[in-house]
Amino acid sequence: MNGHQGYQESVNMSGLILLADGAGAAQNLSIFSPVSPPAESIRSLFILVLAVTAAIFLLVEGVLLYSVVRFRRSPREGAEPPQVYGSIPIEIAWTAAPALICFLLALILSRTEFEVRVNPDTPPPGSKPLYVTVIGHQWWWEYVYRKYDGRDLGLITANELHVPASEEGVPRPIYLTLQSADVSHSFWVPRLAGKTDLIPGRTNHMWFQTSQRGLFLGQCAEYCGTQHAHMLLRVNVDSAEDFQKWLGDQKKPAVDEAAARAGRDVFLSQSCVNCHRVRGTSARGTYAPDLTHLMSRKTLASGMVPNTRDQLRNWVSDPQQTKLGCLMPAFGLSGQQVDLLVSYLMTLQ
Amino acid sequence: MAIAEREPALERLPWTAVLHDWVTTVDHKKIGSIYFLMAVVFLVIGGAEALVMRFQLLWPESRAVPPDVFNQMFTMHGTTMIFFVAMPILAGIANYIVPLQIGARDMAFPRLNALGLWVTLFGAILAYFSFATGGAPAIGWFAYAPLTEHTFSRSAAADFWILGLLVSGVGSVSGAINLVTTVLTLRCPAMTLRKIPLYTWMAFWANVQILFALPPLTAALIMLLFDRNLGAHFFDAQAGGSPYLWQHLFWFFGHPEVYIVVLPAFGMVSEVIPVFSRKVIFGYEFVAASTVAIAFISFGVWAHHMFAVGMSRTVDIFFGAMSFLIAIPTGVKLFNWLATVYGGRWRMAAPMLFSLGFLSMFVIGGLTGIILAVVPVDFQLTDSYFVVGHFHWVLIGGTLIGLFAGVYYWYPKVTGRMYSERLARWQFWLFLIGFVLTFGPMHISGMLGMPRRIYTYPVDRGWALWNQVASLGALIQAPSYLIFVWNLFISLKSGAPAGDDPWDAWTLEWATTSPPPSYNFETIPTVRSRRPLWDLKHPDDPDWKYE
Amino acid sequence: MAPAGRSDSDGGTLSPGHLVTLSPVKVGMLTFLGSEAAFFGTLIMAYVYFLRQTTQEEPNPSQVFRLPMILAASACLFSSSATIHVAEKALRRKSQEAFLGWWGLTIVLGLLFLLGTGLEWKNLIGRWGLTISRNLFGTTYFTLVGFHALHVTIGVIVMSIVFGLARSRQITAGNVTGVEVVSWYWHFVDGVWVVVFTLVYVVGR
Repeated sequence: MNGHQGYQESVNMSGLILLADGAGAAQNLSIFSPVSPPAESIRSLFILVLAVTAAIFLLVEGVLLYSVVRFRRSPREGAEPPQVYGSIPIEIAWTAAPALICFLLALILSRTEFEVRVNPDTPPPGSKPLYVTVIGHQWWWEYVYRKYDGRDLGLITANELHVPASEEGVPRPIYLTLQSADVSHSFWVPRLAGKTDLIPGRTNHMWFQTSQRGLFLGQCAEYCGTQHAHMLLRVNVDSAEDFQKWLGDQKKPAVDEAAARAGRDVFLSQSCVNCHRVRGTSARGTYAPDLTHLMSRKTLASGMVPNTRDQLRNWVSDPQQTKLGCLMPAFGLSGQQVDLLVSYLMTLQ
Repeated sequence: MAIAEREPALERLPWTAVLHDWVTTVDHKKIGSIYFLMAVVFLVIGGAEALVMRFQLLWPESRAVPPDVFNQMFTMHGTTMIFFVAMPILAGIANYIVPLQIGARDMAFPRLNALGLWVTLFGAILAYFSFATGGAPAIGWFAYAPLTEHTFSRSAAADFWILGLLVSGVGSVSGAINLVTTVLTLRCPAMTLRKIPLYTWMAFWANVQILFALPPLTAALIMLLFDRNLGAHFFDAQAGGSPYLWQHLFWFFGHPEVYIVVLPAFGMVSEVIPVFSRKVIFGYEFVAASTVAIAFISFGVWAHHMFAVGMSRTVDIFFGAMSFLIAIPTGVKLFNWLATVYGGRWRMAAPMLFSLGFLSMFVIGGLTGIILAVVPVDFQLTDSYFVVGHFHWVLIGGTLIGLFAGVYYWYPKVTGRMYSERLARWQFWLFLIGFVLTFGPMHISGMLGMPRRIYTYPVDRGWALWNQVASLGALIQAPSYLIFVWNLFISLKSGAPAGDDPWDAWTLEWATTSPPPSYNFETIPTVRSRRPLWDLKHPDDPDWKYE
Repeated sequence: MAPAGRSDSDGGTLSPGHLVTLSPVKVGMLTFLGSEAAFFGTLIMAYVYFLRQTTQEEPNPSQVFRLPMILAASACLFSSSATIHVAEKALRRKSQEAFLGWWGLTIVLGLLFLLGTGLEWKNLIGRWGLTISRNLFGTTYFTLVGFHALHVTIGVIVMSIVFGLARSRQITAGNVTGVEVVSWYWHFVDGVWVVVFTLVYVVGR
């Protein structure tokens, strides 16, 4: 491990600690801490199934333990024990009992299946649903905000999902439409819902809803190539007002500060525009994350590192140092070009 | 009860002659031994691949192993363990033991047998040749499209992987044709199908499964090869192809495959437990019938690997229900094994130790399988470390531990020597403790949101501790495999002579010398029941009075 | 006191548990054909899976197929099942010459089928530009029909070897079991064509 990598690591580590909600505290991604109805239904079902399987476990291991202890041969004994060939009533009993348990479990799981996988076209009355299309890319998330509370949005962002919290009497379900631009991915934020895959050529649906504000973490759960491990998910549940404000800010075109014009010119003249979009400029690439409001995000590289000047510098000069294998190459920019670019990017609030 | 003379030792010949004999052999015992040797070599290789992964996962955001190397490791680890360890070792043991158990001279097609062996080995070499392209494929052992399409997997590594599996698959199917034909047509007179030993019965049904499960994989691999090299569009979503088709075809093979590798292990413990409990198997007919049920139902559960892909709710529920269904005959077996020990007079030796380990561990793996079959729960747990924990639990705590029981049981027959009981005990406890420590915590990290196939994880997830315990477990397990190999090797020279029937067992293989002569049997005992040697040893109380 | 229904194991009689009428060679061929059925079943299933899509592409089945040619080739293949059956019966009767004649005719009919397939493919590729990579129809068509044709080719090769061995009297009435299982393979390949033909040229247009 050379000095540069060691530095990189310590920056990463300190940054990551900053990322956690509550300095240094481990984030909770447990399926046992649901905040949303699908995850809650699953947890209840899971606990029931755990109880059933635990009972079976204790019974079977108990019989095994008893048999092992009770029926061990002492070295003195010579004769064979009585040979018991079988018993049809016993066979029927221990076939029927598990069959009954399985039948009941099948009924129960069917009910939860219908609770969890609902039709997105029929939101409950009185709700204000948000519709977002999620497009999976190697190794980042694209979000197309389509509709909120009946209004069309047409907003495209990347990597950090913002949704409104539900309130007493005002449910705000989030309906995600899942698609892929390349290979199969999977959207998994355990506290919000079970995972659903993003399969190219196919549109899948999932939903969640929560009244708890805060940051919920997850990550891609279908192996999708080199940096599958760093296709991280960040779902920010904002209050209704904060969400409206955020929407309003995101819909504005990119900030155009005079002081950053030099950097903007570097951006527009380099290959950046082939992949990235900055609304309000001539950069209209769709292959890579939308950068219009880059600085409204807390992280870079799909949740990998904090969004700071140093990290931006590292990224722009050589993304491979941060996210080895990612599809953005190093462009061989000079130090001055990088400085100008980063200064420009940091104005994109 | 020796019914054959020992043959003049081949050891007096020059080593070149011995090597030539082994390489050109069509004798099922030698072929079985070579399969076994191949599997042990690849077990060590696959184990090394696992240790690389466990090392990388010790610390969050570790940069010890680069991502593409890690991804190659989990691809080749899975591929190796299933195709180049489990399938060959089970083919090897079946090759050696089944003809002996049914009183036959050899397999039905000895030359086809040799072809199957060398083709299997060649396939493994082809797949590993992918490393020579600059790296093994990094696609996962189930190789989901479209990641495997040329666009996303540019090097020829995936092509070597495909070719290796296609070639090995020919080996597996030819072995299956041979085994099925042998059991159906070469049983000694009076050994009806209802009297064959349970190991042979289960090996038979596992091979019937191979006949119908492998060809769909062959077809899928060919389709992928065409996509990658001829511009075909089977899995190319842009041209109307379907990534779903790959998943359906692969798992249509993949799920029966896991029963293919577990049924023979079930068969081995079905031999060991009665002999060491001194009691006939409880409910032979039900154990046999449940085998057939498992073989059939296993073809109807495949999409339980696909609950998160967006199939309809009805399809989800169907496959969930079918997965419960297959738990029932599996449970029946387990209860019958327990009922065999219960009321017996069991004695301790390595085969029984591993069989008891099997009984206690497999029930856990089976129960986590039931949990995963509860479809909505699977939405959370699929593609997480919970699944990794589950399948390693059933494959290692089921197949592998049952295999160890069988290997120690038949080691005296194959080699004529007793293994070291002391070394076997060391192996068992290191193995068991290491295994529980490795795969137990995976269930927890899965429930805490850790997906599978990630080369590292963020520092703030709370997963580090569980990964560290798992890696520690791997470190404890690893030497146990070396002890196992050492035991097999060293006992060849220094083990006590075993005699024909060291365990006082009841099936036909124990009615000939250890090792058997090339023609297997001088004379075959009368077969009137499922335990011909019991009848011989207990003429006053033979089985055929009660069966 | 033997168990009821079982004959005694005096080393002579085979008990009902044995498939007494089937030799290992026959059981072996049956199991092989079972695995082949699983293989073709998969290719057929994939063809069906994509049928709605492939019938709407350009070029598509209803445009490109020339039924007369295919029917003629299929007729050759179907009648070859009859000729191989007659050949086998001739061998059992020990009529080596009759066997050679009918067996040879079977080979010729198989070759005619392959010729027909070749001409059909020349039409598809040359005139319509339909290749395996052109579209999904090309992909599924050439894979399914191609693997069938490969199996016909292998059958023709094996039958030619048998023909050669029979001409030099190395295969006679005593080898009828081996010849019989080759004919089973041929009937299987024929049976697969019944399904493939119906699916690809009739239903799928």
